[in-house]
Amino acid sequence: MKKVLVILLLATLGYYVAGTYFDIGFGQPHFIKGLLPVKDIYLAQTVKSLKVSNAVTSIVVNFRGFDTLGEVTVLFLAVTALGSILYKKMNVLGERSVLFSSSSIVTSGSKLLFPAIILLGFYVFIHGHLSPGGGFQGGVIIASGFLLMLLAYENYSVSHTALSVVESLAGITFAGVGLLGFMHGGTFLQNFLPTGVLNHLFSGGIIPIIYIAVGFKVGAELTGVIYTVLHEKGESNG
Amino acid sequence: MDNTLFGYLNYAVYGTAVLVILIGLYGTMVKKSLLKVVIGLSVSDSGLNLLIVAIGYYKGGTAPIFSPGFLENFKSVSKMVDPVPQALVLTAIVIGFGVTAVALALVIRLYRHHGTLNIDEIKNLKW
Repeated sequence: MKKVLVILLLATLGYYVAGTYFDIGFGQPHFIKGLLPVKDIYLAQTVKSLKVSNAVTSIVVNFRGFDTLGEVTVLFLAVTALGSILYKKMNVLGERSVLFSSSSIVTSGSKLLFPAIILLGFYVFIHGHLSPGGGFQGGVIIASGFLLMLLAYENYSVSHTALSVVESLAGITFAGVGLLGFMHGGTFLQNFLPTGVLNHLFSGGIIPIIYIAVGFKVGAELTGVIYTVLHEKGESNG
Repeated sequence: MDNTLFGYLNYAVYGTAVLVILIGLYGTMVKKSLLKVVIGLSVSDSGLNLLIVAIGYYKGGTAPIFSPGFLENFKSVSKMVDPVPQALVLTAIVIGFGVTAVALALVIRLYRHHGTLNIDEIKNLKW
């Protein structure tokens, strides 16, 4: 009975939500006739004055830079909340909740792959303003490398101090670069560095600096999450 | 709608995205296990992301990246899809990760306290 009611409710909801989108139309220009769509303004600004190749990066870091600072703060808060919810006395630290033995193929393979994965992560967030990718994606790739190591080796450990130092330094870099915009007579997160040449590594002003900081921050935070959850022992009553 | 195939694509893309959202919401509302509730939240999150990215598509548009190839072949930026929904989805993915992580932490905590994941057996939730 409950399932039938839920399906009826969701069908009604889905009918109206989908109907709205069917009216908009897929791939159709949905803006007021005669006016320039907002995406064209963003794209023209991106290529002309900012000299950033990846328009998504320029929107995330430049046009919506303050929003990204908030996003990074939300991620930080989520990690902090995870740590405080799963907090326990120090007696179980170092004990893994998931215990298994990995074969020698997995251990030696992951030892080979780990530097390559970390290198790919660095590449993705350093080139965030040139190619698809960016700070968040690169950070996730770095965290996946640490996940591989944590799965392959039973007593592989990541220093919590190092993680929090990297995370704090990256956060300070982001906020500090934003504050430097004030000193150049502008607003918070103003682009004050020379923008350079389009499609070159040193272009886009402060965007690469901020995205590198975001990459380190996201990588450290996600590694912290993985480490915290893997060392959570579910048996005892807390 | 100049060709019918593209007209059907309209229903296919938006319909799929809405269907994924509804599947996730169904899991959240019906399932008893807390882990399945969290999985349902995550699934409906994916559906929403799909829907937002789909709005930004323009017919015949390319990826919003000013690669050398694009600059040589096209002169106008109106040949690109809308980058704003993609940037918003980037934010939404990160927020979704945060929500899932905190929800899973709460589930672990509840399991530690009650020894079960079935919401019918956790009496403290009822008032």
